[in-house]
Amino acid sequence: MSRWFANVFRLGLKELASLRRDTVMTVLVVYAFSVAVYSVANGTRMDVHNASIAVVDLDRSMLSARIRDALRPPFFRTPVLIDGSELDAGMDRGAYTFVIQVPPRFEADLLAGRKPSLQINVDATAMTQALTGASYIQSIVAQECAAALGMDGLLTAALEPTSRALFNPNLEGVWFTAVMQVIENVTILSIVLVGAAVVREREHGTIEHLLVMPLRPSEIAAAKIWANGAVILLAAVLSLHLVVRLALGVPIPGSTALFTAGATIYLFAVTSLGVLIATVARSMPQLGLLAIPIFVVMNLLSGATTPLETMPQALQWIMQLSPSTHFVAFAQAILYRGAGIDIVWPQMLLMAGIGALFLGVALARFRSMLEAQS
Amino acid sequence: MPAEPLAARLAGVTHRYGATLALDAVDLDVPAGLATAVIGPDGVGKSTLLALVAGAKRIQQGTVEALGGSMALPRHRDTVSPRIAYMPQGLGASLYATLSVRENIAFFARLFGVPAQGERIDRLLRATGLSPFPDRPAGKLSGGMKQKLALCCALVHEPDLLVLDEPTTGVDPLSRRQFWRLVDEFRAERPGMTVLVSTAYMEEAARFDRVVALDEGKALAQGTLPELLARAGAATLEAAYRSLQRPERRGPDAAFTVEPRVPREGPPAIDATGLTKRFGDFVAVDQVSFRIERGEIFGFLGSNGCGKTTTMKMLTGLLPASEGEAHLLGAPVGDGDIEVRRRVGYMSQSFSLYEELTVRANLALHGRLYGLPGREADAATSQALERFDLSRVADALPASLPLGMRQRLQLAAACLHRPEVLILDEPTSGVDPGARDLFWRLLLDLSRREGVTIFVSTHFMNEAARCDRISLMDAGRVLAVGAPAELAAERGGGDLEEAFVAWLEEAAASRGEAAGPAASDAPRARPAEAPPPTPMAASGARIAAFARREALELWRDPIRLAFAVLSPLLLLVTFGYGISFDVERLPFAALDRDRSAESREFIAAFSSSRYFDERRPLVSEFDIDQRLKAGEIRLAIDIAPNFGRDLMQGRAPQMSLWLDGSNTFRAETARGYAQGVVISALQDLARRSTGRGLEVLPLSIEPRFRYNQAFRSVFAITPGIIMLLLMLIPAMLTAVGVVREKEMGSIVNLAVSPATVGEFLLGKQAPYVAIGFVTFITLSLLAGLVFGVWPRGSLLALACGALLYVAAATAFGLLVSTFVRTQVAAIFATAILTILPAVNFSGLLYPTGGLEGVSRWMGLLFPASWFQSISIGVFAKGLPLNAFLVDFAALGAFAMAFMAAARLLLRKQEA
Repeated sequence: MSRWFANVFRLGLKELASLRRDTVMTVLVVYAFSVAVYSVANGTRMDVHNASIAVVDLDRSMLSARIRDALRPPFFRTPVLIDGSELDAGMDRGAYTFVIQVPPRFEADLLAGRKPSLQINVDATAMTQALTGASYIQSIVAQECAAALGMDGLLTAALEPTSRALFNPNLEGVWFTAVMQVIENVTILSIVLVGAAVVREREHGTIEHLLVMPLRPSEIAAAKIWANGAVILLAAVLSLHLVVRLALGVPIPGSTALFTAGATIYLFAVTSLGVLIATVARSMPQLGLLAIPIFVVMNLLSGATTPLETMPQALQWIMQLSPSTHFVAFAQAILYRGAGIDIVWPQMLLMAGIGALFLGVALARFRSMLEAQS
Repeated sequence: MPAEPLAARLAGVTHRYGATLALDAVDLDVPAGLATAVIGPDGVGKSTLLALVAGAKRIQQGTVEALGGSMALPRHRDTVSPRIAYMPQGLGASLYATLSVRENIAFFARLFGVPAQGERIDRLLRATGLSPFPDRPAGKLSGGMKQKLALCCALVHEPDLLVLDEPTTGVDPLSRRQFWRLVDEFRAERPGMTVLVSTAYMEEAARFDRVVALDEGKALAQGTLPELLARAGAATLEAAYRSLQRPERRGPDAAFTVEPRVPREGPPAIDATGLTKRFGDFVAVDQVSFRIERGEIFGFLGSNGCGKTTTMKMLTGLLPASEGEAHLLGAPVGDGDIEVRRRVGYMSQSFSLYEELTVRANLALHGRLYGLPGREADAATSQALERFDLSRVADALPASLPLGMRQRLQLAAACLHRPEVLILDEPTSGVDPGARDLFWRLLLDLSRREGVTIFVSTHFMNEAARCDRISLMDAGRVLAVGAPAELAAERGGGDLEEAFVAWLEEAAASRGEAAGPAASDAPRARPAEAPPPTPMAASGARIAAFARREALELWRDPIRLAFAVLSPLLLLVTFGYGISFDVERLPFAALDRDRSAESREFIAAFSSSRYFDERRPLVSEFDIDQRLKAGEIRLAIDIAPNFGRDLMQGRAPQMSLWLDGSNTFRAETARGYAQGVVISALQDLARRSTGRGLEVLPLSIEPRFRYNQAFRSVFAITPGIIMLLLMLIPAMLTAVGVVREKEMGSIVNLAVSPATVGEFLLGKQAPYVAIGFVTFITLSLLAGLVFGVWPRGSLLALACGALLYVAAATAFGLLVSTFVRTQVAAIFATAILTILPAVNFSGLLYPTGGLEGVSRWMGLLFPASWFQSISIGVFAKGLPLNAFLVDFAALGAFAMAFMAAARLLLRKQEA
């Protein structure tokens, strides 16, 4: 057994040496975990933030001006005042997600109780903002109108039931995207790095050499997993601390140790998947094509982008096979809800089990893959 | 200097690779119409010299002239490249393994603008004996066949200067003979043709008009063979060469003697009975049996591809035998016995150590993996460095070493753990004579002194003669086994080579293959010259040649093709269903502290909404926390005591909603829905309990959801998914294109062809643009058929946009491919660089209107966002063609800019 560990350790050092030689690769890894995380976390949000809005104001009254003033950052950009004729073109171009049409004599009609109607045009192809943005606008307009009429009381209570979000009180998107971006990078990198490490040994014939040595396939696979996994884990931890916490200023609640433990298990699962994919692909171009659908699905359908419960049942079942699904559940529980091991252990167990399954199949395929090649 | 015209001239040529000096102020004349051989051991600069003459490498210092002009001038290279043919070192290095014999030839013909089929090519095929299998993939040919095919490809455009870099290295004796006979015949047909050859076989050099002796990057002597012999006062070229070398460069001089073997006790080291290996229908090894005694040197001979390597792999346990069995040191092979492997050393035919580790690190790793403890491994490493004369290069990377040294390193690694059996697969292939002698001294030493059993395959007859016994294999069968002298006497009249050629020819004849070319089949006159095509047409033809080859390679790789075509469809369906912003059936639970009729009715309003799904009631505040934390519910409703009473009395009733904020979008949407339910429920309750509704604003606010009235995710997401997939897949297809050719070596064909880098890139891009466009069509159809998302606007605009977009995506892949150094980096770079902007900054999930700063620019500076506006514009918004003029211009600009950048980054010649 100690031989096993010694061999795995030695082979792993070799992996690290070959990683170090590829400078372009190093630069890409650094980019992925720094600039990419930062720009995505800072730039994209699922909540209504910085939404582009325009107003066609045919009333030009005090009230319409107050409505315009009430639409303000960070939720909305400063509204652009446009002409009715520009409305269609602007929305077609995607320049404005929302356009409010204030009819003529709006204020006068409202004060006279003539029930004027105000239209909000919503670009419904902007799924992430359309609905919530529209309801924000509705309540802003309603509030301004109510204030103009001097109404409050029951109405406001009904409009604003005390709703609170647990764990992420201000519903800040940066939390979510930053951490998920790091995890998505981990997924892509693990599959590509480990998969390519195996395929490269095959393309260069070095794996034959390893297999005639007193080594077991499990040692070869384990070495690739620990060495590449360690590099990725280091990159991910650095990214979380330097980029997410320091640069983006996102506090990371929950137990860092527990999170790192879970991330390590996740890495084991995805790197095992990398080995498995490599036993299927016969060349580097095939590996590239094979890896794409796998990591794209793992990332986009993990529940990080859109919640799992909105997917068709069959897809939800399939996604249970993806370690990323469990990791997202795990990470959300820890990072957002401060959950402890008593709550997240099933996810950790599942990730480990799926990883072991991948690795088992990969090892079973190791010899047959050599035969397929020659 | 002779007055005869020169085909090539080198003056003061110096070439370095980093700190290593490959050529040191070489002056050399290559007379036209003659055959010149460059001789010398490995690593003296032969390949560099030939590559410079052929125009495959950039000239660093000095003058290289070929066919009447300087090869430093691009204009001259372009003019003469159609008159030069270059065959790089390595078996079939310039060939495309998955293309058939005929397709390889046709590609080279098209590249050089000569007819790709016809009598001339048929004659070439007949002359080389390749005509029986024009459809066999080049990768499946034997080594000798590969070299003949490569020669065909080199000769297809009737060159005036033929440059062959070690063409017969690693080729069996029969094929070697046939190869040189072929060269002689082609020369006879084209007397004006100059031939420049490098070789490590001194005996081959005697065939040539002139010989250049090269050592340590310097030309020691040049002239005719008699001149050289006279100058050195030696009888053979080998002796002459030695006397020309600096004394300290000369290897040991002693004559080669083989001590008789002392028979040893014990079971045979290797015992094989009836070994058979089938790959599908093909029988690679057919009923092979032999028994090798301990301490014996057993030679394995035969043409390339006859099954030697497969047999050896079966013995090492790398391949399971289809039939028969083998014992190694008494233990059956194949049961994964780790202890037996520890006692065996194996050296594979191709270099199989780590290129990224230094010589020393490779050896040390080996020692450790064979279980030598740290100090012992270090000692063994230094001893091996010493013994195999590698100390000088201990800290160099194997890639920078000449072939001979790399092979020595491999042997050093195989012997490091003092194995009892060595299995060596062509260990001396490509190694020069001096180094081979050294190598064999080591083998004999191991066998005679340490009793190591050696099973070795070789193509060299003098090596075969040193074995205790040899076995001759052909087409998977053993033709003869015995002591070398016996076999030589039996067939060759005392000459081993003659004996083997006789056996091989007989075997080939019995299979009905033409053993050698019939002289009359050699191509004769140059065909009637067609008028030269215009430069434009020639350029177009070359692009087409590259495109056709790339398409064929893709066609031959059904897995890659299937993935290219099918995976986008699969992904579209998956994402179409999977990425949904339709928040429905959100699990919620209520903590009802009031327990009045009103509160129950209020909760019922939630459970009857299609957006919410009620779970078992909450019991305490702690329960809210726990169940939200576990992710079991996403919304908790906490209803205060007196909820009903407050309502009845017209006061604002107290309740609070707790949302799971860990998914921002879901939380926001849920809040919106929940508020809607709360308002309408309270209205209802208030109206019923107090008889009047809540006070309402005299105002109607009408949200109009445009482009997607049903507000279903699939209408908004599908066009975006098409955008994403049309970027990812085409870019990934081209991304490995260039870097793979660099890794595999076939990029050299570009360097010596008349084609420009631009033509090469365009040709490589074309098939993938076609595939990308087909993917676009299938994706659009699928979106309509499965999700009912049909284009509502201008189809023409969508198609034009898709074409430009796919061109930009493939160009981006090529650009990535030119700046990375490994295929791994190419794959990762493509994944990271395309997914990030395409998913995040192009309007797939987040509207681009809200982006600012770096994110906004990352979106604008990537083609995806521009196609997204076309895709969503046509599919969802139903816009006409003229709405997208800016987007078309942008996509076209991206395609051109990426190609231009790739063109600038990719140099035609190697350094």
